[in-house]
Amino acid sequence: MKVLVAVKRVVDYNVKVRAKADGSDVDLNNVKMSINPFCEIAVEEAVRLKEAGVATEVIAVSIGDKACQEQIRTALALGADRGIQVETEGAVEPLVVAKLLKGVVEKEEPQLVILGKQSIDGDNNQTGQMLGALAGMPQGTFASVVKVDGDRVQVTREVDGGLQTVSLTLPAIVTTDLRLNEPRYASLPNIMKAKKKQLDVYTPADLGVEVTKHLTLVKVEPPAERQAGIKVESVDELVDKLKNEAKVI
Amino acid sequence: MGTLVVAEHDNATLNPATLNAVAAAQALGADIDVLVAGNGCGAAGEAAAKVPGVGKVLVADNAVYEHALAENTSLLIAELAAGYDNVVAAATTSGKNIMPRVAALLDVAQISDVIAVEAADTFKRPIYAGNVIATVQTADAKKVITVRATAFDPVAAEGGSAAIEVVDAVHDAGLSSFVGEELAQSDRPELTAAPVVISGGRGMQNGDNFKLLDGIADKLGAAIGASRAAVDAGFVPNDMQVGQTGKIVAPDLYVAVGISGAIQHLAGMKDSKVIVAINKDEDAPIFQVADYGLVADLFEALPELEGKL
Ligand SMILES: Cc1cc2nc3c(=O)[nH]c(=O)nc-3n(C[C@H](O)[C@H](O)[C@H](O)COP(=O)(O)OP(=O)(O)OC[C@H]3O[C@@H](n4cnc5c(N)ncnc54)[C@H](O)[C@@H]3O)c2cc1C
Ligand SMILES: Cc1cc2nc3c(=O)[nH]c(=O)nc-3n(C[C@H](O)[C@H](O)[C@H](O)COP(=O)(O)OP(=O)(O)OC[C@H]3O[C@@H](n4cnc5c(N)ncnc54)[C@H](O)[C@@H]3O)c2cc1C
Repeated sequence: MKVLVAVKRVVDYNVKVRAKADGSDVDLNNVKMSINPFCEIAVEEAVRLKEAGVATEVIAVSIGDKACQEQIRTALALGADRGIQVETEGAVEPLVVAKLLKGVVEKEEPQLVILGKQSIDGDNNQTGQMLGALAGMPQGTFASVVKVDGDRVQVTREVDGGLQTVSLTLPAIVTTDLRLNEPRYASLPNIMKAKKKQLDVYTPADLGVEVTKHLTLVKVEPPAERQAGIKVESVDELVDKLKNEAKVI
Repeated sequence: MGTLVVAEHDNATLNPATLNAVAAAQALGADIDVLVAGNGCGAAGEAAAKVPGVGKVLVADNAVYEHALAENTSLLIAELAAGYDNVVAAATTSGKNIMPRVAALLDVAQISDVIAVEAADTFKRPIYAGNVIATVQTADAKKVITVRATAFDPVAAEGGSAAIEVVDAVHDAGLSSFVGEELAQSDRPELTAAPVVISGGRGMQNGDNFKLLDGIADKLGAAIGASRAAVDAGFVPNDMQVGQTGKIVAPDLYVAVGISGAIQHLAGMKDSKVIVAINKDEDAPIFQVADYGLVADLFEALPELEGKL
């Protein structure tokens, strides 16, 4: 079976992002960009399914400008077989990303589509679920275990109260949580090999999708700053402060 | 046309986050109805009818809505949404699971994790792990919104008397089924609703040492949380993770023990009223957000703290 993996190019998780002084947007000048950590987990899961003989082909797809080919190459170096870029300009909203992914799903007919549960820039946590609704596919979101079993997939999900397991018909959507697996590092030979792997580029028009804009970014601002605190010298002082100054115990 | 709030419940009682979602709905200004979809969920419907400010409660009671499977529940909500301007749910794992499907079915954007309502079409939401607050405006006539519970003070649970209306629509997508669940059993308050939270990190060294937090939590009526490192290392289960990709908490008092203070952890707790950090490294970034920092070995500080409370 074919597995499609969505990978997003985002600001590296170690970067502390700030709003521009004029509040028009975040300042992303010269910051390090990486593959979204949850997408890396998605690629790893797909590659493991291939190594286990469950998946026959792993296709990595990213939506964005030419720069996101770098993250597709990363996915190829981690073991994906070929890549697809859907070329768009500027930030694309999750609903449109989902429509474009649906277009790719119709072309490729994968049995499983694995996405990150959220990307660490927009923090939206929407795209996989939206794709599920648009493509009429079931979803196992926030997955910590994925088991393909015949014509169904069983997904254990990290939910507020603990863990929930659901069984889904195939084709299905899976979105990854942090504990699904620990991604490998790409080896140098694999990084070299990845450069030669097939990477097709589509436009939204090729997929019959119109890029619409529903949302406007009015402004960005830093969060409210916390007042600087103090260091206490002892447990006694701490208890005293909490009782008599902060009055929280 | 009004706002439909999607209640979260266990068929018998409302999840407290629903009261925060109703509070956010009030900020939108329109009339509020509440949807209770479940299987044998009559009692939860009655609980919702007692929430002041609710016009009517729609109860969809059918086996297909058991366990709030997203595939079925989203079809129901999308159908009911025809009669509303706004559909609102708390940004819990359940709300996050279902609502984007609803938005896609309605062909509208979803506004995730709203922390403030600026106008009927304009909202504030954190991005980049809370390092930046974005104000976004939607052009969609119908709005699908999830709200961060900690950003809205809950409405009262009692005092209202809304009408209850039965919804007969049965949507079975036939795509998914429930297999089982492992829910954490705890006598402690729920992490996201507790007035005091005490969390342990990698510095706790192992799961057994989390017992050092128990006595203090008992004395303070606290819930116990953890950093991702503590969860990944297997010290404690995943439902205790606080942070960007875990739970968001904003208690009156948050005590971070053996936690360094990575931005992903801070994203889940920095709106707490008072923050205490106990860490042996005086340069740990957690001290930059702590109101009271104690530089100490937790294995000495915790027993002493328990004794002195
Ligand atoms: C400052 C700033 C403000 C922004 N404001 C807005 C705004 O107001 N409204 C808005 O909608 N967007 C806005 N964006 C864009 C937004 O951050 C996201 O790029 C976009 O909305 C997609 O959402 P997400 O990645 O958070 O989706 P999520 O649903 O969190 O992503 C989940 C998963 O979907 C997949 N995925 C998502 N995007 C892609 C992609 N491009 N290619 C391949 N796979 C993908 C990945 O597997 C990912 O892990 C803004 C961006 C910035 C930098
Ligand atoms: C995509 C992504 C999402 C993430 N999401 C989250 C999230 O939701 N929540 C989260 O918490 N993290 C998250 N993280 C992980 C985060 O980056 C940090 O790795 C993690 O928070 C570190 O946990 P920690 O502070 O317990 O461990 P460490 O950083 O190892 O800190 C341990 C601390 O304990 C102190 N210590 C050790 N021994 C003692 C002692 N005897 N007495 C006192 N102090 C002691 C040390 O000085 C140190 O400061 C995420 C990371 C990524 C990439």
